Amino acid sequence: MFNISTQALFSQLLVGLINGSFYALLSLGLAVIFGMLNIINFAHGALYMMGAFCAYFLLSIAGLGYWWALVLSPLIMGAFGMFLERTMLHRLAGLDHLYGLLLTFGLALIFQGLFQNYFGSSGLPYAIPQELTGAQNLGFMFLPNYRAWVVVFSLAVCLATWFAIEKTKLGAYLRAATENPSLVRAFGVNVPRMITLTYGFGVGLAALAGVLAAPINQVRPLMGGDLIIVVFAVVVIGGMGSIMGSIVTGFALGLVEGLTKVFYPEASNTVVFVIMALVLLVKPAGLFGRTA
Amino acid sequence: MTGAAITTIPAPGAGLNTEMKVFAVMAAVLALIGPTGIVYPYFIMQALCFALFACAFNLLIGFVGLLSFGHAMFLGTAGYASAHAAKVWGVAPEVSILFGAAASALLGVLTGLLAIRRQGIYFSMITLALAQMIYFFYLQAKFTHGEDGIQGVPQGKMFGLLDLTRPMTLYFVVLAVFLLAFLLIYRIINSPFGEILKAIRENEPRAISLGYKADQYKLAAFVLSAALAGLAGALKALVAQNASLTDAHWKMSGEVVLMVLVGGLGTIYGPVLGAFVIIAMQQYLAGIGQWVLVAQGVIFVACVLAFRRGIVGEIAHRLRVAL
Repeated sequence: MFNISTQALFSQLLVGLINGSFYALLSLGLAVIFGMLNIINFAHGALYMMGAFCAYFLLSIAGLGYWWALVLSPLIMGAFGMFLERTMLHRLAGLDHLYGLLLTFGLALIFQGLFQNYFGSSGLPYAIPQELTGAQNLGFMFLPNYRAWVVVFSLAVCLATWFAIEKTKLGAYLRAATENPSLVRAFGVNVPRMITLTYGFGVGLAALAGVLAAPINQVRPLMGGDLIIVVFAVVVIGGMGSIMGSIVTGFALGLVEGLTKVFYPEASNTVVFVIMALVLLVKPAGLFGRTA
Repeated sequence: MTGAAITTIPAPGAGLNTEMKVFAVMAAVLALIGPTGIVYPYFIMQALCFALFACAFNLLIGFVGLLSFGHAMFLGTAGYASAHAAKVWGVAPEVSILFGAAASALLGVLTGLLAIRRQGIYFSMITLALAQMIYFFYLQAKFTHGEDGIQGVPQGKMFGLLDLTRPMTLYFVVLAVFLLAFLLIYRIINSPFGEILKAIRENEPRAISLGYKADQYKLAAFVLSAALAGLAGALKALVAQNASLTDAHWKMSGEVVLMVLVGGLGTIYGPVLGAFVIIAMQQYLAGIGQWVLVAQGVIFVACVLAFRRGIVGEIAHRLRVAL
């Protein structure tokens, strides 16, 4: 166990941190959507995949590079999310929450099936932007610039989201509408529009994660299918009550997964689920969850 | 899922009720259609296995209100357990089937204890995550042979008498197991135990305040559902003569949800009809690759948005009978 080189240890920790960034961005989006719509967005993984494809299309069709994609893809996918909310999810208000899960599961199947039809299961390459190629020698390891960027940028986006929801006036409206939508409506706030925008924002976060992942994991139709299940486990572990909770849990579980890859690679696929089982035994509401 | 369920309790002593009449018709049709060969018997046997799987799943969602998104783990586990027992240990088919169902029941106890600690959407996410963990276990374990699966499972002689390598014998054995399991589920639903499950579904705090230990009832229902799903999985491994990762994948968990949704959540015959519809659609669309996935997704969306009662639920609603 102790003959593992520090080089291997740190590079796996970095991979873990990168995965943790995606877990954090995705579980944050799930938590924000769940807060307002009371829906678990099963299509989140598929929308993440479509965000990456959006970046790919922007490059191959319109010739717009990575930096454009980083802005446009979340906006385009966010608009698409708002369209989904207006045309479909909106109709499920007042029904059992489980119908939202079933509907978004159906949407996920459609999106994934369509992309698999046209692009198969193999990956499409997406180049790292020129400004971020190369690596830094930290003495104990080489740190590729792009990977450092992904971690720092995701963390910044997560913290900005946390700030917007917990510390601004708009966020206060949002939290109020989560607690009691009809009362907030009585104060003249357009809650249905807020719900639509919230869903669009959550989808935008997923698309952003997709763009960030494109140069690392390639653009693949199946990239979101299995990821979303891990993110569900992350959400169960953290509990959806707290925004900061989902950010911390996301990054922490990425790190734990990275460590498992070093010390016991066979379990690296399952370690998040094992932790979920343990957390359920000890603290069923999740580490940051409020007991219902 | 309270909206879609039918809560009518059949009046006792009123002779054969509608449900039992339909059962007689279903049994007769299935018994007659196999030997005629109008429909490929292998297709019916496969559909019957899925119908049993869907009925087991419906026991949870329709009558306890728990949406499990990980039921493939029970189908897959029983498939592997029974295939391993039949092929490696060489046990008789009746033993391998029971062993498969028992393995799933045991898994049901372990996963059920964890999953019932949360409700609603969390329950679905937990079952899905646990099933994914089991899937990765089977992907890496030696005895499952990874991507290849366990192939060439011997069918053998049931009770030393019935030669299951003969297609018609196998057909009637599968049909008999399905019909018996179906009656068992019907009996469970209409027993005092089943009534308490429905009470928990409708209003859990009230059921608890009446002194029922809701968690124990939920766990019992979960384990029953797991065991019956396991029975379906073991039967399926016997029919198809293989056990593979497909049966344990999350897509299978989604498929059984779709079958029950199409047929009618909380109806007794909905899962059976839904299974036949979905399996027929898969056969029909098999040649066009991933469009099956798209078609399934479209049916999901259409059912949730416009057709929440499902086929049987809609018929039952129109005719004002319980089905």
